[in-house]
Amino acid sequence: MGLDRRSFFQMLGLTGLTLALGKDAKAAPSEEEAVSFKAVLYDSTRCVGCQSCEFACAETNGLPEPTDVPETGVVRQLDETRRTVINSYETSKGEVFVKQQCMHCNQPACAAACLTKAMFKNQEGPVTWRGNKCMGCRYCMVSCPFDIPKFEYHSANPKIVKCTMCVDRLAEGELPACVENCPAEALTFGTREELIKEARRRIHDDTDTYYDYIYGEHEAGGTSFLYLSPVSFNELGFNTKIQKSSYPELSKGFLYSVPSIFVLWPAMLLGLQQATKDNELKTENDD
Amino acid sequence: MINTDTMIYRDNDGKNIWQFLKQELKPKGKWLTPFNLISLPIMLLGLVLIVIRFWKGIGSITNLTQDVPWGLWIGFDVVTGVAFAGGAYVITFMVYILNMKKYHSIVRVTVLNGFLAYVFYAGALLLDLGRPWNVVNPIIGNSFGTSSVLFLVAWHFLLYMIAQLIEFSPAIAEWIGHKRAHKILSAMTIGAVIFGITLSTLHQSGLGALFLMAKDKIHPLWYNEFIPIMFFVSSIFAGLSMVIFEGSISNKVFSDQISEKNQKAHHSIVISLCKICAMAMFAYFFLQVLIFVHEQHWSYLTTSWGLWFLTEMFVFVLLPMLLFVYSYKTNSFFMAKVAAVITMLGIIINRLNVTVIGFKWDAAVPYYPSWMEIAVTLAVIFTEIWIFRWIINRMPVLRESPQWAKK
Ligand code: SF4
Ligand code: SF4
Repeated sequence: MGLDRRSFFQMLGLTGLTLALGKDAKAAPSEEEAVSFKAVLYDSTRCVGCQSCEFACAETNGLPEPTDVPETGVVRQLDETRRTVINSYETSKGEVFVKQQCMHCNQPACAAACLTKAMFKNQEGPVTWRGNKCMGCRYCMVSCPFDIPKFEYHSANPKIVKCTMCVDRLAEGELPACVENCPAEALTFGTREELIKEARRRIHDDTDTYYDYIYGEHEAGGTSFLYLSPVSFNELGFNTKIQKSSYPELSKGFLYSVPSIFVLWPAMLLGLQQATKDNELKTENDD
Repeated sequence: MINTDTMIYRDNDGKNIWQFLKQELKPKGKWLTPFNLISLPIMLLGLVLIVIRFWKGIGSITNLTQDVPWGLWIGFDVVTGVAFAGGAYVITFMVYILNMKKYHSIVRVTVLNGFLAYVFYAGALLLDLGRPWNVVNPIIGNSFGTSSVLFLVAWHFLLYMIAQLIEFSPAIAEWIGHKRAHKILSAMTIGAVIFGITLSTLHQSGLGALFLMAKDKIHPLWYNEFIPIMFFVSSIFAGLSMVIFEGSISNKVFSDQISEKNQKAHHSIVISLCKICAMAMFAYFFLQVLIFVHEQHWSYLTTSWGLWFLTEMFVFVLLPMLLFVYSYKTNSFFMAKVAAVITMLGIIINRLNVTVIGFKWDAAVPYYPSWMEIAVTLAVIFTEIWIFRWIINRMPVLRESPQWAKK
């Protein structure tokens, strides 16, 4: 007798659940939200490569102190014990230092990827990780276009490790540890809007020193870490092919099609099933 | 009419259910078969490795790196395993939706296979989770990451397992001999099938959609916005090839279970499946060509990656497709099996190319699975086969249903 009334309604109920969940899919932050995000401007023309930020970061987060120094030709990698590193590059304008850490994207791929909302974009801008939610699937690592989140592979209770923009310090009105401890004032803390203006001003005032580009203004849909450089970002090992629109956008089309498939498919399948059943009855009668 | 005596019985022989279960748990048949001798040590080894993994962390037995966080366990066990399990939704579609009665004799075994594949290969996911104690978070609703494709896939795995269990449950009722349950469960089949096909469409493609955000990490020859569609289309012939492959083995190993009528029918079923495989593969190949032209990747063709890509397309898609055509034209059962095996190899290669081999293809330290990852994978597969065999030997899966259940 095929599908009875009850199971049909049960099915509708489940469809409704998915529809409701689908609707919940969070929209991208609005423009206003994004401009008021807290951000950090890193000016590599000022950076002297002293690693003060690395030491400050290690101390604040209870990580081991760095034992190696930046060296041209060697790329020091972030790992589960280092949330920020300074690297040195030989460029057309001599040696340039570059700091690396989480970019705190406006629309973070890691947070969109996270199925437990453990990776989480705070309202003020920092992207942080919540251990009580995370199930350690590492999909955030797969998705982050900057390869930032690291994982403690050798722990039975592993954590995802990355820069938090010192969200706890921010809550107490303090600056991120790296910003506070930079002796060369290469790091500036503020809102994204202010810092983009400030970066533009620096480029405008000194076109000889600066390469005319703010890395992070549009990369991956905009990030809260903004970079200034004396040379093109290619020379500094940046991924300059990174798309300018947000990464979560890439899977949105798929996710949006889910509710409609959930409505259309069962209806279509049921129709087909009924149609072929009739057919069969007819052929039987014809015999 | 309902009293406890008649509630619990098996073909009316009046045995108590617990006695019955206890007796069924005992192994049947010979113990020292070559298969057992090979699989048992590997399963034990796998068990030891799993203990080490939970004790010392994932890094203690895998070669995963910070650049390549998903390796063999996700790329092969989960992504490839689920593609192979696609046969269940295709066959239920043909039997229950299109009413193609011809395939009825393979529906149960295919659903069982699909169900076990999900339980074990999706279950292998648990081994890969760093913090598995939080695995319920996306299910119980205190942390719904609804913008995540993985969230969708996780839910669909769960729901689809339930749907498949319902589809298979009449066989369990027949085994225990519970007529009332059988009647109720059989009535739910069609609902479960419709729900299951919908879920399959979405999560087969969803497994591809997982990688959409890894745009800069996957080799351009394998990354495109159509991965979800390609994963879905290829799951059709991946699943059917598995059905052909598994069927030809089951037909030999469990020949005592299968009625003569069904054994004869099997040949013609396989030949018809070849036709469907060939059509799906043609569509797939055609789409691949369109995508390739659309993405303008000509320059990559001269690299070794290009050669690898061409090998995948021609040796592992086009060739088996032609073999499928050949086998249904000449009615060759043997060629069908050959084609199925090549297709399955092709699916493994394709899924691994997207998820592991082509992932971070330019990484300084490339990832190769450790022997321990491979051992655990084999252990998972063997355990699944053991359970499969246990069920086949007890429940009416390949064998005909008892007379009372047929009415
Ligand atoms: S850089 Fe990566 S880890 Fe940091 S917010 Fe963006 S996507 Fe997340
Ligand atoms: S590893 Fe944790 S934080 Fe990352 S996506 Fe998975 S659940 Fe979210």
